Amino acid sequence: ATALPMSARAAIEDAIAAFTDGAEMAESGITLTAPEIAENGNTVPIEVSAPGAASIIILAAGNPTPGVATFNFGPLAGAQAASTRMRLAGTQDVVAIAKMEDGSYAQARQEVKVTIGGCGG
Amino acid sequence: MADNVTPRVRVPRDAAAGETITIKTLISHPMESGQRKDSDGNTIPRSIINRFTCEFNGESVMEMILEPAISTNPFIEFQAIVPESGTFAFTWYDDDGSVYEESKDIAVS
Repeated sequence: ATALPMSARAAIEDAIAAFTDGAEMAESGITLTAPEIAENGNTVPIEVSAPGAASIIILAAGNPTPGVATFNFGPLAGAQAASTRMRLAGTQDVVAIAKMEDGSYAQARQEVKVTIGGCGG
Repeated sequence: MADNVTPRVRVPRDAAAGETITIKTLISHPMESGQRKDSDGNTIPRSIINRFTCEFNGESVMEMILEPAISTNPFIEFQAIVPESGTFAFTWYDDDGSVYEESKDIAVS
């Protein structure tokens, strides 16, 4: 894990609590695919997949604001999975949390090492 | 107002009934994060696409909430079930109130 300023740590804890309402999270049932090393933090590919999820949230613990994206799957979703590209300010943990249709939660965490930060700071 | 915003979508032309297909979307947009400063040190105001939806014949495939951490020219790839012939409707919502729309027909054989 990466050392973070207290404010950044609090911001991601708040974001997780807002999504899960403080519920316990399983460590399996969700897959987060991101590069171990991203040369350019401006465009980091990320893929999340959680069969049976109603929604998935992606958070970046070391960005100025932790929110990255939320996916809400409808009845015609072919899989509870999606890919996108995100910005990372520096080396940090990326967190994905799925809210399952039965109301339980699952999380996956991965550290991404960033060579050039992507938030213009 | 972001200039020259062009949505692009890739959807197969046809599918079998009930088949799961992959959809790729890309929209040209600067996604100004609100974190950057100009050469005078003034913060450049945030201007991003904040929401994306995909529907098929009026029924939801997925909705995405985008935050400033999404890269310039947002790319989204996801999967949809095609129960019958019809039309996919894609909508992007900009911070400035603009709405960008694209649609694609698919035939079930």
